[in-house]
Amino acid sequence: MSVSVSCNVLWPLLVTLLAPFGILLTGKNQNIRESVSIVAGALTAALVLCFAPAVLAGHIYRYELFRILPGITVAFAVDGLGIIFAFIAPFLWVFATSYNIGYMRSLKEHAQTRYYFCFAIAIFGAVGVALAANVFTLYLFYEIISVFTYPLVAHHQDEEGFYGAKKYMVYLMGTSKLFLLPAMVLTYVLAGTLEFPLGDVKNGLFSADVIAAHPNLVRLTYVLFIAGLAKAALMPFHNWLPSAMVAPTPVSALLHAVAVVKAGVFSVSRIILSGFGTEPMNALGLSLPTAYVAAFTIVAASLIALTKDDIKARLAYSTVSQLSYVVIGVALAVPASVQGGLLHIGHHAFSKITLFFGAGAIYVASHLKSIKAMNGLGRKMPWTFGAFGLASLSMIGMPPVCGFVSKWYLVNGVVDQGQMILLVALLCSTILNAGYFVPIFYRAFFLPPDPASHMEEYKEAPLTMVVPLVFTSFVSVALGIYPEIFHNFIKAFGQFY
Amino acid sequence: MDLFNLYPALTVLTFWPLAAALLLAPIKSDLLVRQTTLVISLIEVVLAIPLLGFKSQAGFQFLEVIPWVEGWGLTYALGVDGISILMIWLSILMLPLCVLCSWTYIGRRVKEFHVCLLLMTTACVGVFSALDLVLFYVFWEALLIPMYLMIAVWGGDQKRYASIKFFIYTLAGSTLLLVAIVALRLEGGTFFIPDLMSKTFSFRFQYWIFLAFFLAFAIKVPMFPFHTWLPAAHVQAPSAGSVILAAVLLKMGTYGFLRFSLPLTPAASAYFAPMMIAISVASILYGGAVALGQSDVKKLIAYSSVAHMGFVTLGIFLFSQAGVNGAIFQMLNHGVITGAMFMLVGAVYERSHSREIVKNLGLGKYLPHFMFFWGLFGLASFGFPGTNGFVGEFMVIMAAFQESLCLGLLVIPGALLAAAYILKVTLKMAWGQPASPQGRNWLDLKKKEWAYLVVPAFLVIYLGLAPTGLLNLITPSVKDALATFEAKKNLVNLIQVSSPTGRPQGLIIEEDLSPEAPSASERVPEEGK
Repeated sequence: MSVSVSCNVLWPLLVTLLAPFGILLTGKNQNIRESVSIVAGALTAALVLCFAPAVLAGHIYRYELFRILPGITVAFAVDGLGIIFAFIAPFLWVFATSYNIGYMRSLKEHAQTRYYFCFAIAIFGAVGVALAANVFTLYLFYEIISVFTYPLVAHHQDEEGFYGAKKYMVYLMGTSKLFLLPAMVLTYVLAGTLEFPLGDVKNGLFSADVIAAHPNLVRLTYVLFIAGLAKAALMPFHNWLPSAMVAPTPVSALLHAVAVVKAGVFSVSRIILSGFGTEPMNALGLSLPTAYVAAFTIVAASLIALTKDDIKARLAYSTVSQLSYVVIGVALAVPASVQGGLLHIGHHAFSKITLFFGAGAIYVASHLKSIKAMNGLGRKMPWTFGAFGLASLSMIGMPPVCGFVSKWYLVNGVVDQGQMILLVALLCSTILNAGYFVPIFYRAFFLPPDPASHMEEYKEAPLTMVVPLVFTSFVSVALGIYPEIFHNFIKAFGQFY
Repeated sequence: MDLFNLYPALTVLTFWPLAAALLLAPIKSDLLVRQTTLVISLIEVVLAIPLLGFKSQAGFQFLEVIPWVEGWGLTYALGVDGISILMIWLSILMLPLCVLCSWTYIGRRVKEFHVCLLLMTTACVGVFSALDLVLFYVFWEALLIPMYLMIAVWGGDQKRYASIKFFIYTLAGSTLLLVAIVALRLEGGTFFIPDLMSKTFSFRFQYWIFLAFFLAFAIKVPMFPFHTWLPAAHVQAPSAGSVILAAVLLKMGTYGFLRFSLPLTPAASAYFAPMMIAISVASILYGGAVALGQSDVKKLIAYSSVAHMGFVTLGIFLFSQAGVNGAIFQMLNHGVITGAMFMLVGAVYERSHSREIVKNLGLGKYLPHFMFFWGLFGLASFGFPGTNGFVGEFMVIMAAFQESLCLGLLVIPGALLAAAYILKVTLKMAWGQPASPQGRNWLDLKKKEWAYLVVPAFLVIYLGLAPTGLLNLITPSVKDALATFEAKKNLVNLIQVSSPTGRPQGLIIEEDLSPEAPSASERVPEEGK
């Protein structure tokens, strides 16, 4: 494992930084405006992929852009963990934009330039979080995401929109100011630096002396970090996510299934693995409590999801639950569970975006939100519901879809640790997932339509929407069949073997 | 041979605006007055270029010492060190911005207004560069008059109330300052500040001097509970007045603590530090909480100033490198950010003729450029990472955590409150529906408005990402001041213990007993080498 300095790390960031301004400048012609997003997304994903061979060979590239105080810099690095998220966000952005075209134009939404602008900045934030080489940079981009997704959540500018967006801001900004900021300051005071020791997941940035001298302060710092990263939607700081569902569905899809929430769990993973390290995590007794909170979140959120009839609300609680898979895996800090957790960042992204794309396509085609009203709709929209079904299988954790792979590693890790309660939680979650996803599928395909409905008028949503969602569902399957795609990067990151 | 040694930079900077004010006298046209003042202010900025030669080292630079009234021990002494250099730059930089932001805002008595602005600049630069107590006091008091006039003549509906309140508050503080200065002369034998710094006074003397200074400076800062003049003054003052008030005047208080309280009364400063910290934390929390409830934008920013300045005084009285560095940096930040926000409020007032938040809604749609700047300064104001506000706040919070965990955790809600009130007002202004149909026809920023907003916007980003250059300038002076402070803060106690009566000896000058702390005049770098 070697760390080398290379300013090439900045390219993906530069492209995603310029994209929003390109969108502003080309705002008058909507076709050109949307192509800016698509080109920027594809280019960024390609630029990130250029690092793949070297990262797989164990190299880490790092570049320091600004030095603010000694030990506090704006610095970026590409390593096995970061590259996954840095690739997924812009890659899915391409499909989300295609989907956006169908969604926004079909519904004749207002202020589209503002919408695409903020969307692009959120991706910039996500790429920045992925490539952050220290806590400060992570915090910087984490906050950029919070601020610039506000206009997306409040997009409809009605009372409901403002209420949801206000809650969104209060949760995210409140926790980051109240917990994340002191956590960062404490880290700096204790460790004297905020730089992640890249390539070393065993020891974090706290030296053994510090941990021995102030174990409780380090524990407090950890708790503040976990509470401060509310984007991970760990209970009790999860409530912003269902409220954020007032946003247009593509926002819910890309941001609240991929960019924003994944920035949250990615940050948690980064802080746990690179900030604290697996060995101190166990030595300080932080692993199990975190895993138990996550397990509680998994089960509780799934139970709430069962009660929701609005399809987006159900998906939102499903996201809350699935995000905690990542947290459980990373917190247990044994190789199998960590791999499972990190794999889930990628695998869940592709499956969940399919589900949200599906929900949006249903809304555009039929203006239906209530699951109860969707009886028989599957026969009118077979592609959408077919993809929806495949992605549901991934959530449940059925082979060969990718959700199975990450769950497999997770269960292995939990069993390795002998944590039967956590195992029960994971298995319960599987049943609960089946409990709230199968009925949607069943109603759509097997129940006769309500005579009062206008089922005969409905047909598939525009192609710009259906193609992306079918594609992402295929990717979910492909990732299940070839799980090594993301796994290799994680192995390069952890060097567990 | 350094060419700049021949050029009395500080004297020129101090008195050029005063002299140039005379140039305005024969001009009749309002437009010409504005243009001339703009040119004068830009010349002032150019004249300040030699100050960029400020070296990163302890002690006073650009020193000018000329005997003045020798019988009384008065000297005409000017000089800058790391503590004052940023404030001088800030004062000078604000002048052209103020001229620009008054261009259409001030419609009557234009010449008098600009004379006031120039006088204020003279006084501000003088305050921050004076090294003689009497000289300092002259500038300190001189500032009150143009500021008073600015509020009383060009102010809002309640200008009489606000201006008199401002005058009474600050004057009340100043009287005790004068008493302290006279006492220091009697005890220390000189008005020359570097010489006074090298002396050690008895604890009881320090105790009373500190309290006298405290009242003057705490009112100026303003610290809770002496802050009530500030919202009134800000709301009534014209925007240029608010800008100078926020950017420069408030800093005089914190500068006073750094320049006088810490070096001249170290033992008393250490003794009163817990009280000062408590008041600072109260200012942070109280200012933030009250700002949250404001419906008037200017009042909101005024209360946010109380909170921000609380961070500054907190940083100073933690007596740590990070704390004092952070405090000085935060002084600059607050000047830039809050100054810019007052300019923005002025700009929107010219359109809506109201400072009420509810009368200024829908700006995101109709004034997007305005909202961009507002958003940028708002983010900086609550310490968004990557802006200068973050750096200062982070350093002070860090120093608080180094002091004690509890103190750190106590300050954190202040950071949260800052985010809350700024986001609240920003989101309201950006997203609401305009209160009146005219709101849809407001024009976005004009070229002049861009001109005066781009400068602080650049500083916000630049200082947020690359603060090291400026921090390196102030660090040696702070380090030196803190070393002297550490050496002297317990000295008096030792003397007390060793005094035969066992009681503190009042009003007796002690010899400087610390060999490791060189006298300040020795520390003055020999120029020309």
